Amino acid sequence: MTAAAPVAPSADEVVKATTKVSKDQRGASWRVHLSLIVLMIVWLVPTIGLFVNSFRPAQAVASTGWWNGLLPPWNLSLDNYAHVLSTAGIGDAFVNSLFISIPATIIPIFVAAFAAYAFSWMNFPGRNILFVVVVGLLVVPLQTTLIPILILYAGWGINGQFLAVWLAHTGYGLPFAIYLLRNFMGSLPREVFESAAIDGASPVTAFFRLAIPMSVPALAALAIFQFLFVWNDLLVAITYIGFTNPENLPLTGVIANLINSLGGGWQFLAAAAFISMALPLVVFFSLQRYFVRGIVGGSVKG
Amino acid sequence: MTRWQRFGAPSLALVLLLAACSNGGNTSASPTTGGGGASGSQPAGGGGGDLKGQTVTVIGAYGGDEEAAFHQMVKPWEDATGATMKYTGTRDLNAVLTTGTASGVLPDIAGLPGPGQLQEFATGGSLKPLDDVLDVATYKDETAPALVQLGTVNDQTYGVFIKAAVKGLMWYNPSVVNYGDSVPATYDDLKAALQSNASKAKGQWCLGIESGAASGWPGTDWIEDFVLRQSGADVYNQWWQGKVMWTSPEIKQAFQAYLDVVKNSLGGATTVAATAFQNAGDPLFDSPPGCQLLHQASFITGLGAFKDKKAGTDYDFFPFPDINSQFAGAVEGAGDIFGMFHDTPAAKSLMKYLVTADAQKIWVGIGGALSANKNVTDYPDDIAKRSAELLANAKIFVFDASDLMPAAVSGAFNTAILNVTQDPSKLDSELANLDQVTKDAAG
Amino acid sequence: MDPRLLTAIVVVVGVPAVLVGYIWGTEQALKLLPERAKPRVRPWLWLTPAFGFLGLFLVYPTIGTIIRSFQNKTGTEFTGLDNYAWFFGNSAALSALKNNVIWIVLLTVLTVGLGLLIAILVDRVRYESFAKSVIFVPLAISMVAAAVIWRFMYYYVTPPQPQIGTLNALSTPVGIGPFDYIHIPNFSVATIALVVIMAWMWTGFAMVILSAGLKGINTELLEAARVDGANEWQVFKGIVFPLLLPTIAVVATTIIITALKTFDIVYATNNGAYDTEVIASLMYKEMFQFSNFSRASAIAVILLLAIIPIMLFNVRRFQAQEAIR
Repeated sequence: MTAAAPVAPSADEVVKATTKVSKDQRGASWRVHLSLIVLMIVWLVPTIGLFVNSFRPAQAVASTGWWNGLLPPWNLSLDNYAHVLSTAGIGDAFVNSLFISIPATIIPIFVAAFAAYAFSWMNFPGRNILFVVVVGLLVVPLQTTLIPILILYAGWGINGQFLAVWLAHTGYGLPFAIYLLRNFMGSLPREVFESAAIDGASPVTAFFRLAIPMSVPALAALAIFQFLFVWNDLLVAITYIGFTNPENLPLTGVIANLINSLGGGWQFLAAAAFISMALPLVVFFSLQRYFVRGIVGGSVKG
Repeated sequence: MTRWQRFGAPSLALVLLLAACSNGGNTSASPTTGGGGASGSQPAGGGGGDLKGQTVTVIGAYGGDEEAAFHQMVKPWEDATGATMKYTGTRDLNAVLTTGTASGVLPDIAGLPGPGQLQEFATGGSLKPLDDVLDVATYKDETAPALVQLGTVNDQTYGVFIKAAVKGLMWYNPSVVNYGDSVPATYDDLKAALQSNASKAKGQWCLGIESGAASGWPGTDWIEDFVLRQSGADVYNQWWQGKVMWTSPEIKQAFQAYLDVVKNSLGGATTVAATAFQNAGDPLFDSPPGCQLLHQASFITGLGAFKDKKAGTDYDFFPFPDINSQFAGAVEGAGDIFGMFHDTPAAKSLMKYLVTADAQKIWVGIGGALSANKNVTDYPDDIAKRSAELLANAKIFVFDASDLMPAAVSGAFNTAILNVTQDPSKLDSELANLDQVTKDAAG
Repeated sequence: MDPRLLTAIVVVVGVPAVLVGYIWGTEQALKLLPERAKPRVRPWLWLTPAFGFLGLFLVYPTIGTIIRSFQNKTGTEFTGLDNYAWFFGNSAALSALKNNVIWIVLLTVLTVGLGLLIAILVDRVRYESFAKSVIFVPLAISMVAAAVIWRFMYYYVTPPQPQIGTLNALSTPVGIGPFDYIHIPNFSVATIALVVIMAWMWTGFAMVILSAGLKGINTELLEAARVDGANEWQVFKGIVFPLLLPTIAVVATTIIITALKTFDIVYATNNGAYDTEVIASLMYKEMFQFSNFSRASAIAVILLLAIIPIMLFNVRRFQAQEAIR
């Protein structure tokens, strides 16, 4: 998701996007409703299939389609969830995913906010070129960095620990984070910062009292993006934590392992996959308001 | 890879499983009988007290039922020593070990992808030699020389086999066509028999080559069996060593024979490519039957529908028939090779335990495995016993060629199988490509 | 203390404290400097953490990768362009390249096309935010979970047994299929099946941004056109689409970069078998399966070179935007 680059919001646009409530008043034709509802069904069916299968017994999942689970006789139970939570280590993995995702979201946001603030409101030589270089780093394919970093980590002795993943995700997430925040902070009204400086506020004060509160939509959007990216990441986790340290593996690593080890146990995989989706869905739905606000801005600009 | 001896040469000494079948005990080919029985294999209980609470990390490719069986195999060691084994299964063993070598975070013990990788890790210095860990004399005495040789690098033992398999068995359901009545002596006889029994099942063969990232390998087993029996062990060994070209007539005719099998398989190429190897043989037990025969290694009895069927009554096997009488009696085997990355006391103790007959007979008893240890004699059923016998009495023994090829070549071999299965017209270009990949991998 | 509890405390309290502490500390340190030097030193202190991370995790490995791509397998000597020659002479690499082209074209067309369509449709209904959420949700799902989800969609059973995969169960009764979508290399069917999974995930992303772009268009302009007798299609073609073009460009470049870097879904399903190999998965294989870091590096550099023009396009657009600010 770090590839999801240049979608930069700016403050005025966010205001525009959120205050604009006018809906096309002429009402929609039945054709619009029909196409939209068909599309929504198409988009929902795969997930519903997984959801239904996660409650069905092995025999049923292997021999009949998931839609049979909706027909009587209902033979649904929480057994698959109980099984993966108790024996497959999904419960521990869930906690690990949290331990990994929270700092790996917080750290890059702070670091990016410092840099974005400097890029926006401080003058120094080479500012624009450096910024372009930072954004340009979005092109680096993650896979190329794995081995050099592994060797580096080996020297520090942190392979297999959460710290290794926190630092790596910070590095990988920064180009997008700086880009997003710089564009948002840069579009905040100049006068606010000027008058603060005249009042004798230090840059640190201005940063924490003005820039951060005013940038909440962008920060929230970034937080969601980075959280989803880290939570859903497999490659970084299995490389720096590794299958050698199964007790530290996040959900994705454990599920990837289950795909291997269960062979035919797709009903368990369905349950495990749904557990892994639950938190991102909650995060997304609860912060969705900010998300759309924070992400939309810049791209709108003609 | 050239360091390995050409163990494929016909040899009476190459006996894998001593007296696997005879209750008479250790009387056959092994020159020394050692202590016999279980005396050479110390159950790990001895001196185990000091390992209490220690942990050994193990990584392997086992998942599902195999993982459960492996745990059962290790359980007595855990009980005796008080140590615990922490096992993780992964489908991407190569990647885990490569990153592990770079990061320095390696498991204590690993099931290795094959003897080729054992060689790499041993020469790279990350594997620990086992000569001081195992009672080498006993180990060599109890294990087939061919397997001992595969685990040896620079005259030191780095890898040991914890189980073995015999490849290329022909499985059938006696209630469909009872091939047990008159086992086809040659491959031509077999083809004739398949023809004359054609009405008894929908297809002649059951075949499935889907296996996730390793899709294609069941087809490579077919090619290997054909090469071995059409052209002999010498060509076979030169082939995996890269000395016989893929485009040479010997290899090409093996591919052609395989494509003929695909043509006569249940559902044709589409089904072959789509079917998971574990379930490929399930139509044997369908009603009406889907096919007459399944070609698969001895471990199939622990997988798919075989797991719940009764050996001998529901299913049975006969060995891959000879093709060229000049090379009669050849058998291909395979096995799971383990190495040690950290020589902690607990890891050493576990390695020592894994090679013993006491350990290996556990998995054998569960089913789907043959022992690499000659002293394991109590096979659970006649089928397992006979497949062990087959390995033990092999006139010519070769190891799975794709496990011996460099990883890049064996990966390309799998891909080539997938491609020609679905489009036989690509055969020549695929073989030419394999020659290229082989050349690349060597350089 | 339970190590997990300790970790939790570090996670929730320690990490933010260190970060805030750093910036506060720099300001204290700056007090030691003369007044005139402060503005010159301060930006670099604020940038140091970011540059540290970027240098370590992205710049340093990239430089190493570029150097390694000109060396032999063991990295002991320079072999010029050998690894690049290998790439362009190797059938597996070329088919990975071909598949990436399929990815770029198809994924972009699907996500931008469907995203635009949905954005226009939702603009007219009262349940807009609900509809948007439904389309957006797959982006919150991991590739690993998506692989499981789509297995139930694509699943194939050898006839005449009843089909249990959603698509085949729907299409077989009307005489289409059944097909074993993700195991058919011919005509890149398997690759296309994987692109569809990604399109399912990324259409929501395209839709959200395009929808915001749509809302930025002045409605009076549209009304005026309608009053003048233009029908909806003419309004779209004549006004909406041209005004939306820059937004579409941003979405498209983002999707193209995503398509070029595609890895997870390939790895989680066929891992390159059945002609689904892409550049990133090939690189992963060379590196981790075949331990040929030099070839993997060459592949990475090729991927890098392929992305740079697209990135430059985006950066140029950004600078144009800066200029009018």
